[in-house]
Amino acid sequence: MDYLHYLRQSKMPHIWCAGCGHGMVLKSLLRCIAKLGWQKDDIAVVSGIGCSSRTPGYVDFNTLHTTHGRALAFATGLKIAKPRLHVIVVTGDGDAVAIGGNHFIHAARRNIDITTIIYNNNIYGMTGGQVSPTTPTGKKATTAPYGNPDAPFDIARLAAAAGASYVARSTIYHTARLDKFIEQALTKRGFSVVEVLSPCPTAYGRMNKAGGPVEMLLFQKDHTVSLEKAAKMTPEELTDKIIVGVLVDREQADYQTNYQQIINFAQPQKA
Amino acid sequence: MATLKKDIRMMQGNTACAEGAIAAGCRFFAGYPITPSTEIAEVLAARLPKAGGNFIQMEDEIAAMGAVLGASIAGVKSMTATSGPGFSLKQENIGFAAMAEIPVVVVDVQRGGPSTGLPTHVSQSDMMQARWGTHGDHGIIALCPSTVRETFDLTVRAFNLAEKFRTPVLIMTDEITGHLYEKIEIPDQTELEIIERLKPAGPPEQYLPYAMTPSDIPPMANFGEGYRYHITGLAHDESGFPTNNPDKVEEQMRRLNRKIERYRDEIVEVEQFQTDDVQVLVIAYGATARSAKKAVLMAREAGIKAGLLKLKTIWPFPEKEILAVLSSVQTIVVPELNLGQIAHEVEWAIGRSRPVMRVNRVNGEPITPREIYSAIAG
Repeated sequence: MDYLHYLRQSKMPHIWCAGCGHGMVLKSLLRCIAKLGWQKDDIAVVSGIGCSSRTPGYVDFNTLHTTHGRALAFATGLKIAKPRLHVIVVTGDGDAVAIGGNHFIHAARRNIDITTIIYNNNIYGMTGGQVSPTTPTGKKATTAPYGNPDAPFDIARLAAAAGASYVARSTIYHTARLDKFIEQALTKRGFSVVEVLSPCPTAYGRMNKAGGPVEMLLFQKDHTVSLEKAAKMTPEELTDKIIVGVLVDREQADYQTNYQQIINFAQPQKA
Repeated sequence: MATLKKDIRMMQGNTACAEGAIAAGCRFFAGYPITPSTEIAEVLAARLPKAGGNFIQMEDEIAAMGAVLGASIAGVKSMTATSGPGFSLKQENIGFAAMAEIPVVVVDVQRGGPSTGLPTHVSQSDMMQARWGTHGDHGIIALCPSTVRETFDLTVRAFNLAEKFRTPVLIMTDEITGHLYEKIEIPDQTELEIIERLKPAGPPEQYLPYAMTPSDIPPMANFGEGYRYHITGLAHDESGFPTNNPDKVEEQMRRLNRKIERYRDEIVEVEQFQTDDVQVLVIAYGATARSAKKAVLMAREAGIKAGLLKLKTIWPFPEKEILAVLSSVQTIVVPELNLGQIAHEVEWAIGRSRPVMRVNRVNGEPITPREIYSAIAG
């Protein structure tokens, strides 16, 4: 696997901290693109603002680094205007479900043919460790110095409820499973979401005494349960568990298939 | 002999905006319902699929602005339309369009503000927001129609300017002009000048999307056409990648502002009415220019040498065009549906060399010809 073929080598080194999980997500994405044999000219990677959203700068595709939370709005216009592009949105927990939460649920509802990969590190890393919409209740952040009073979003369940065609969650520790999910998402017609738990040792780990990169990876290893196994466990048993697997994989018409019917109706002579 | 049948229709300003967009080659519209601009979205929801384009109603104003930028990056001429509250929300991505130099047209059918204000009543109080609504220094182009036909023409022009100068162009219309019905002749498509963005011709590996070209307007590649490049709202160098290098940032920021300012003669349009010997000059725009024209006629009948300078371009500001008609002018009257946003700009343009009388209204009612006449007559 020639990662360098897909990377803008002149833009290295990247800005991610030592021990950050984001590079693992990026490598998984590139492995899937290579396996699918997609051409670089046919791929657009769109992001918002934050650590994960720096991904587009490093990959040799058509890349668009938009405003905070708005990647899916830009990506929607891009996909509609040029349907043959494979449009991939890379985003973080704050970008996707706080400031961009409305765009996220509506992209899912609309079922537009875009793959969204969410690097969930449970914190705002770029700005130095503020509480995010996926920070667990009670955990610390610079803006939650006594512990987070809010409940976290379950991003995968949110996407599933909002109507996405494909939703899966993995960790960066389980790379084989992550590859499988991202590949399935990329080839799924309609809105597909892969939530990837990607540790932030620098901000989240330090403030919550979660250890360094190795300890945070081991936590993923020891606390991950599959959807099937989780179904047989009690809520108490699941309190500190990460539930992974494919939550949704369903066939339904995507936005552009539906809009094509509108075009056919509006132009009966061309139908 | 076969003669072309004239296309004459009774049409609303907002419909003329939608028709102008189609004529200009707009094939993507993203919007969100808001009074008094909604008809533009409604007309395009029906018209665009027939024209082989796409209409989408987004989840909010911010998303609509983002979507039109995404479509433009793919090479499809795009437009969104809104009014004050939505215009506020769009400012974030209007700034992105300015910074990343993406052609796009944004229509603001102005209503009373601030905040929810007077949704169904006219205003012209977003004129300064058009210039400075988004943060940071940037050039901007804003046009201001006062008739239904002019709404059609200026919408076509807005797309041409956006494509030519790689910039967002704002159409600052208002509730009266937007909802006004007039009989207009739709020009034949062959009569229209349509400008397309300049695309790169060289090899992709040498493409610099923000090159310091002699024209100050670098060619723009559409996504998916072989030029893989990076677009960001971060300060960037010629290659499009982020930089903190002060020299590179300064160079790009200066070009971003210069590329509008140096072409201001080509961009700025005004209309003169009885200005040859004018002593009392009325400067007006949008719906208020209609009342102003009538007031000038009333003044002439009363023996006052009044004239009208109608501003069809608001930004860049037509200071040169104002100075050009100033020699015989003793007094200037600026009627506008705000508390003096453009009057202030006029005072600055003439170096306060003449008194500038303000006629203002901010209660949702239009300014009548008689009120402007009273100011002219002193």
